[in-house]
Amino acid sequence: MSTPPAKIHHVRMGEGPSGRAPKSIGPARIGIYAFLVISALFFLLPLYVMIITSIKPMEEIRLGGLFSLPTTVTFEPWAKAWSSACTGLDCRGISPGFWNSVKILVPSVFCSIFVGALTGYALSFWRVRFANLLFAALLLGAFLPYQVFIYPLVRIYSATGLFSTIYALVLTHVIFGLPVITLLFRNYYAGIPIDLFKAARVDGGRFFSIFFRLMLPMSIPMLVVAVILQVTGIWNDFIMGLTFGGLANRPMTVQLTNLVAPTEGEIAYNVNMAATIMTAAVPLIVYFVSGRWFVRGIAAGAVKG
Amino acid sequence: MKQRPIRWSVYAGLTPAILIVVFAYIGTIIWTVGISFTDSRMLPVARFAGFSQYVRLFGTERWLTSIQNMVIFGVLMIAISLALGFLLAVALDQRIRAEGFLRTIILYPYAMSFIVTGLVWQWILNPTLGIEQTVRGWGFENFRFDWIIRKETAIYCVVLAAVWHAAGLVMAIMLAGLRGIDPDLWKASRIDGVKPWRFYWHIVVPILRPSFISATVLLSLGVVKLYDLVLVLTGGGPGFSSDVPAKFVMDYLFQRQNIGLATAAATTLLITLLCALTPWLYAEYFRAEKRKD
Repeated sequence: MSTPPAKIHHVRMGEGPSGRAPKSIGPARIGIYAFLVISALFFLLPLYVMIITSIKPMEEIRLGGLFSLPTTVTFEPWAKAWSSACTGLDCRGISPGFWNSVKILVPSVFCSIFVGALTGYALSFWRVRFANLLFAALLLGAFLPYQVFIYPLVRIYSATGLFSTIYALVLTHVIFGLPVITLLFRNYYAGIPIDLFKAARVDGGRFFSIFFRLMLPMSIPMLVVAVILQVTGIWNDFIMGLTFGGLANRPMTVQLTNLVAPTEGEIAYNVNMAATIMTAAVPLIVYFVSGRWFVRGIAAGAVKG
Repeated sequence: MKQRPIRWSVYAGLTPAILIVVFAYIGTIIWTVGISFTDSRMLPVARFAGFSQYVRLFGTERWLTSIQNMVIFGVLMIAISLALGFLLAVALDQRIRAEGFLRTIILYPYAMSFIVTGLVWQWILNPTLGIEQTVRGWGFENFRFDWIIRKETAIYCVVLAAVWHAAGLVMAIMLAGLRGIDPDLWKASRIDGVKPWRFYWHIVVPILRPSFISATVLLSLGVVKLYDLVLVLTGGGPGFSSDVPAKFVMDYLFQRQNIGLATAAATTLLITLLCALTPWLYAEYFRAEKRKD
C-alpha cells in the first residue's frame, strides 16, 4: 500500500534478475534449486491430482489412490461432468452453471469497470466537495467483510423484486468492485500530468467529453488490468452467487459445490475433479494468457494512491 | 485545478458512487448494527434489547472458537506466506534457469477460486483417499496424516490450503521489489565481502519494507473474509472446531435463522476492524496528500 505507483508501472517481471551472479555450481546453488523444485512440486500437486483423477476410470481410483498415473485414459468423466452429472434431481452437469457465470460475468465486468473508472477520474481531476469523505467510505467498502452488508442487501433486493435475478448479481458486483477499481484508476490518473487535463479544459472539454475522448483512451493499460482483475474475481465469486443468485442464477462455483456434495452411493471422484478443473479453467486461461499483466493487476490492488 | 466553479456534470458522473456509498455501505451498516440491538430471532422485530445479543454472543462457545481460529489462521497464514513468498522470490532472483516457468507455477494458485482450492485439498488431505492412503499403499501401514478429521488440527489444514493459494502473490510482490533495488548495492556488498544471508537480512529486508506491508495488507483482507475455503474444505468441522467468524455470521443469518445474533457478530467484526484500520488508513491515505505532477 505504500509502493510508489511509478515503481509498479516500470516493473517488468521479465527483466533480468538483480541477484548476485553465481560463482560456480556449489552447494548453495544446489540448495536453491532443490528448494525451488520442491516448492514447485507442492504448488503443482493439486493440479496434477485433479488432472490425472479426471481421466481415470472409477475402478482405478478405488484401487490406486489419488497419485498413481492412470493405466487406461478415459474422457468420459469430462463429458459426464459437463452435461449429465446430477445435482439432486437436476442431471444437466456443470454446463448450466458455466453459462450462468458467463451471463453474470459480462455485464458485471463492464458495469463495474465503467463506474469505477468514472469515479476515479472524477476524484482525480475535478474539484469535488466531500471528496475525501467519499474516498474514505470507499476504502471502508474495500476492507470490511461482506457479512456486514449482506443481510440488508437481501432485504432490499427482495423488496424491489431484484432478488435472484441477474440484475441483483450485477449490481452487487458493481457495489463491491467499486473501491478497488476506483483506487486503480485514481492511482493511474495521479500519474498523468495535470497540464494535459488543463489543456483539454482550455479547449472547451467538459466533464464527460474529457473522460470519453481523452482519459478513457489513455487508460487502456489500466482497463486491461481492471478487466483481468474483475474477470478472475467475479468468476471466482461464491458468496454473492450463493446469497443473491437464488435457484435460477447459480454461478458455476455454487453449482460445483452442489455437484460434488456427497450423495448416496459411491462418490465419482473423476467426475467431480473434471467439474472442478472446468470451474477453474476460465481464470487459469486468463492467467496464462495475460502473464505479467495479471501480476500488475494484483499488485495494483495494493498500491497507494 | 481548484479554481473553477463546480459543475453539475461532475456530480452526475459521481452519482453511482455516491448512491453506492450512501445506501449500500453506510445504509446497510446502520441497518445491521440496528438489528443487533433488538431481540430479533427469525424475523426482525423493532424491540430494543440493549446489549443482550452481545452478551449471548460472547456466551456462545462456537463464536469464541471461531474468533480463536481467525487469530490462529491469520497469524500462521500471514507468517508462512510471507516467509515462503520472500524465500521463493530471493531464490528466483539468483539468475536461475527456467525462472519464468517456475514463476508461472508458483503464482497460478492465486488465480484459482477458494472453492476449487478447498475442494482439491479436501481430496488430498482426506485420509481414506489422499496422502495417508497413498503412503500406506507404499507399505507404511502405520502412517498417519489425518489432520482434517481431528478437531485440534483441522484449522491447520485451512492454513495449508490458504498458503498454497497465497504464497505466489507474496512472491510476485517481493520479486517486483527485488527488481527495483539498485544494482550497485549488490556490487558494493560483493566487493566488501559481506555474507549473502547477512546482506539479505540487514539490507534487502529493510529496503523491501513497503512490499512486506503491501503483502501483509492484501493477506489480512483474506483473513477477515475467510469463508468459502473453510466451507468446502472442512465445513467448519469436525463439530465447529474449524469455524470462522464470517461463516458463523452466514450460518446464523441464512440457516439457523437467528439474525439478532448474526448481526451482533457482524457488528463485532466491524468495530474490531474499524479500530484496527482507521488509524492506519488515515496515516496512509489522508496525511500530506499531494498530487504528483
